[in-house]
Amino acid sequence: MITEEQTSQVIAEILSHYRKEGKNLIPLLQEVQTRLGYLPKEALQEIADFLEMSAVEVWGVATFYNQFRFVPLGKYHTVVCMGTACHLAGGRLILEALERELDIKVGETAEDGNFSLERVACIGCCMLAPVIVIKDRIHPKMTPFKVEEALIPYREEGQKESKVKGKKSK
Amino acid sequence: MTFEEIKNKAKAEWEALQKGSYIVVGTATCGRAAGALDVIDAFNKELTRQGLKVPIIQVGCLELCYADPLVTISKPDSLRVVYHNVTPEIVPRLVEGYVASDDPCLELALGTLEGEGGETVYIPELPRFEHELRLILGRCGYIDPENISHYVANGGYSGLDKALKMSPEKIIGELKKSGLRGRGGAGFPTYQKWELCRKAKNTPKYVICNADEGDPGAFMDRVVLESDPHQVIEGMIIAGYAIGAEQGYVYIRAEYPLAIERVQIALKQAEELGFLGDNILGSDLEFHIEIAAGAGAFISGEETALIAAVEGRMSTPRPRPPYPPELGLWNKPTLLNNVKTFAYVPLIIGRGGDWFASIGTEGSKGTAVFTLAGKVADSGLAEVPMGTTLRELIYDIGGGITKDKEFKAVQIGGPSGGCLPENLLDIPIDYDSLREAGSMMGSGGMIVMDEDNCMVDAARFFLDFSTKESCGKCTMCRLGTLQMLHMLEDITAGRGKISDIDLLLALAEDVKIGSLCGLGKTAPNPVLTTLRYFRDEYEAHVLEKYCPARVCPELTVYYILPDKCDRACEHCILTCPTEAIKGEKGEVKIIDQEKCSKCGTCLEVCPPEYNAVVKLSPVSLLTSASLSGKRAGK
Repeated sequence: MITEEQTSQVIAEILSHYRKEGKNLIPLLQEVQTRLGYLPKEALQEIADFLEMSAVEVWGVATFYNQFRFVPLGKYHTVVCMGTACHLAGGRLILEALERELDIKVGETAEDGNFSLERVACIGCCMLAPVIVIKDRIHPKMTPFKVEEALIPYREEGQKESKVKGKKSK
Repeated sequence: MTFEEIKNKAKAEWEALQKGSYIVVGTATCGRAAGALDVIDAFNKELTRQGLKVPIIQVGCLELCYADPLVTISKPDSLRVVYHNVTPEIVPRLVEGYVASDDPCLELALGTLEGEGGETVYIPELPRFEHELRLILGRCGYIDPENISHYVANGGYSGLDKALKMSPEKIIGELKKSGLRGRGGAGFPTYQKWELCRKAKNTPKYVICNADEGDPGAFMDRVVLESDPHQVIEGMIIAGYAIGAEQGYVYIRAEYPLAIERVQIALKQAEELGFLGDNILGSDLEFHIEIAAGAGAFISGEETALIAAVEGRMSTPRPRPPYPPELGLWNKPTLLNNVKTFAYVPLIIGRGGDWFASIGTEGSKGTAVFTLAGKVADSGLAEVPMGTTLRELIYDIGGGITKDKEFKAVQIGGPSGGCLPENLLDIPIDYDSLREAGSMMGSGGMIVMDEDNCMVDAARFFLDFSTKESCGKCTMCRLGTLQMLHMLEDITAGRGKISDIDLLLALAEDVKIGSLCGLGKTAPNPVLTTLRYFRDEYEAHVLEKYCPARVCPELTVYYILPDKCDRACEHCILTCPTEAIKGEKGEVKIIDQEKCSKCGTCLEVCPPEYNAVVKLSPVSLLTSASLSGKRAGK
């Protein structure tokens, strides 16, 4: 976990590369999210102060766009494509299967912080429909049955890492 | 360096490459999704193991997406062979066979890029290329998008070089002659936008490339940007010169990280060679381009909403007029065109407006780029002259419907477009014919649907998309589409009333009238066209609680045919995620409908020799005695 202090350091560092122009609002939000994985409240306030805007304006923009999120993502962020081709090939079933397997709903992050689940409108790989993306890796031609299989390596990796961490803390 | 010098250097580099052996791998997003990067790793490993030094070049998309990952092995004085669906496992065989020695491994090949008259498939003679005319896709999949020399060596930036010797008026005149219409979907004459911007008094002026390709099922712009980004940049620079702008923006949607990366590289290289910057090619022309990365909002594709997004605001549209050429980015004159529109510009300048106008139909000139996806055998991209029929596109280029199923509809233009039935497949593809049929050209996404797709569900899907993506500004778009969606949800769940159909039609008209921008004005199109061409399916859902395609979960059940179930096999029991299937070994398996989540896994895993799982609709069939009824299908 990143501490609050580290968070504000990262934000200050990002802000130092930007000019105080309104057009930089979205790039700023994007960079903070790339670095921290989400947009913490204090980041929104600091960006607002920096651009001399009201916090509510920044909040408005941040909540308008689908890309931004306000809770940390899982280590293995999973995205389900719900584009037309994927829908016709059973995208809804894949989404349901993932919700069932991960025991979280769309938009949520699992308690152990390993998986988070999101739906997107189309990632443009229609000939491989239905597709899911786990940690930036595209898994083509999914079926509800194959979902479980696709998750296995990430689950194992996640478990291994939490064991290592557990040992360290002892 | 002068353009001549740059060109000669690039040509020399390109020719040097052709003199040796090299391996080409398509690594656009589609290739990557199919595993192209693993294939490259495998090549690197195998080449090292065998002590061979052969360059691997990453190109964009060859548009034959069904065959990804695609690998081409090019050798001097030998055939260039294209291999399809390459996996890391077959890489050693290819290296051993064709890189290290002279066995072209034709059993693994899609075909060759040179004709030799033998039995081998000569790719340019595949049936699809009888219809295709690749203008802006011509270099895609052949050149390295991250190497500007490849572009220049293959004719790139000669359009700009020529344009700089022409007057801005002459450039716009060529565009007028060409008859080019905007490729973003609406089809507004391109020269008119340019002329308005040229004449606008206010300064500075801006050029924006709209790469917010939001239609689900459309990915042409992504392919163009990932495979041959310089042609778009070149078009934008020419636009800057023609209208008198010094700053351009490429607005690329967030979902296309690779396109953003490749455009970034292209911009940097163009700057280094002097195609962008303060003194372009030694002239006093100044033009800079920046990338504005979208943040995930479908509405940003609308021009005034896009401008708001570049300015860093919420992406909501505003009433037009005034149009962007008058009042655009930061209230300055702004030229906004689609990726493909800009890509055509260097060609039109290079070869003349008359040449472009000789392609296509009376009202729609040039070519159209489509993505073919859905239930079509050879999915991918196609570039065809305007006027090609839908049938030619789906059957000759797309190879027809997968698994010998029955064609049902083709959806064109995404959430703004419509679903067209079989009897309209012979209409020519152009802006006006498609609009007449109730659809639209849109940005060019084409999704083929077969007998297993439910048209009511398809309409519901698009409306669900539109309600989620409505920016909320106009009441009719925000709430009207939501009401329509609720009605469609009722119909697909078997709760619909027959009066809902007329109500849907009435509300559709209201939403069209009551919305400011294209999103709301076209959102009812999928409903209107499915009602126009597939009303019987709506009625079946409402009156018989019957989903003809057996898609809508509330109207469908899974059933294991007792006389077909093997009894000894337990595939379905072991894989059912909700443990809904019962039956001891040796017994017939039975689905507990209460527990069944209708995921279809049992149907997927039931061995083909038994084929015991069927889908039934309406649900009442389950209890009826005669299960051999004709509505039981797979």
